[in-house]
Amino acid sequence: MARKVKIYTTPNCPYCKMAKKFLADNGIEYQEFNIVEDKAAREEMKNRCNSLAVPTICFNSEVLTGFNEAELREKLGL
Amino acid sequence: MYELIIIGAGPAGMTAAVYAARKKLNALLISSDIGGQVLWTAGVENYMGYQLIEGPELMRKFEEQVKQFPIDTKTGEQVINLAQTNEGFEVRTTKNESSQTRAAIIATGKRPRQLNIPGEEKLRGKGITYCAICDGPLFAGENVAIIGGGNSALEAADDMVKIAEHVYLISLTPFTGDQILIDKVTDASNMTVLLEHEVLEVEGESRVKRIKIRDLKNKLEKKLDVGGVFIEIGLSPNSDPFKEIVKFNRLGEIEVNCANETSVPGLFAAGDVTNVPEKQIVVAAGEGAKAALQAHRYLQRLSR
Repeated sequence: MARKVKIYTTPNCPYCKMAKKFLADNGIEYQEFNIVEDKAAREEMKNRCNSLAVPTICFNSEVLTGFNEAELREKLGL
Repeated sequence: MYELIIIGAGPAGMTAAVYAARKKLNALLISSDIGGQVLWTAGVENYMGYQLIEGPELMRKFEEQVKQFPIDTKTGEQVINLAQTNEGFEVRTTKNESSQTRAAIIATGKRPRQLNIPGEEKLRGKGITYCAICDGPLFAGENVAIIGGGNSALEAADDMVKIAEHVYLISLTPFTGDQILIDKVTDASNMTVLLEHEVLEVEGESRVKRIKIRDLKNKLEKKLDVGGVFIEIGLSPNSDPFKEIVKFNRLGEIEVNCANETSVPGLFAAGDVTNVPEKQIVVAAGEGAKAALQAHRYLQRLSR
């Protein structure tokens, strides 16, 4: 069952790279938004997800702020 | 039952893992991440063998080398307790799994230090950040406060004056960073420097609205309206789960001797979590190697 995973990132953020690598290593497709360039995505992350830190990872109704492998594993059911 | 459990997979822990594997120890490596603090380091120019390499790339190479060996690994789990048993130690993780071992190496490194003030925990990720290079761009056009007086605070300030509306740089002490950075930052027109000021509280419900600070000289308190608070006050050792059994120095670092032995026989420590001077990748890697070889000697003595 495909779920739509969105990840909001900034270019110099090491945790964003770790989170993307984790998703890729686990075969999870994601859509990435660089919030430095994409202002609409930045507003979406700040206001809709109510998150003020990157990476912010959203799917279904989950919003995970920061990269916490254990939490991400659990929420994704890995 | 393992012969050796290595806690932490930064330069010290991963090097220890390779040395332990080459001694054919039945070992387990447990860590919340692979790479530790090096993952937040952009360019590394002083790890021998590489003139310049990105931190995460260097850690990927360490990981590859660990994976050459049949060593058990658990990642995404943190050790929350280490207790002595009759035969050695029991290690318990956040998943509430426990493992038994005859010897252990603590190589858990350091993490960004917190202020420990009201509002900090609640507003983390809601305007409070410990990673300026990550979250800085989010606060473009807003007022922000940077807390700290060392190089990392000054570097964050230097980045933020370019994109924020106004930057307050607040330090408990006079600046401790490099003069070249101090000059660069204090010249900016949208910067207010508040030295010898203490941050008392971060206020806001769903996001940061303001901070309350106090001037240490005249004791006057005031509030500053800010949307972002960048905490850059150094690092603290990840030693809390071990506080009950080993000896520490006043910084919370685990005390080890030159053979990486802690105050508990069979329990070794290596890298930035210890009192070893100089927190460097190359030093941590060397200490990890020493700790694994010493643990091997200890296990040999046990079996005699």
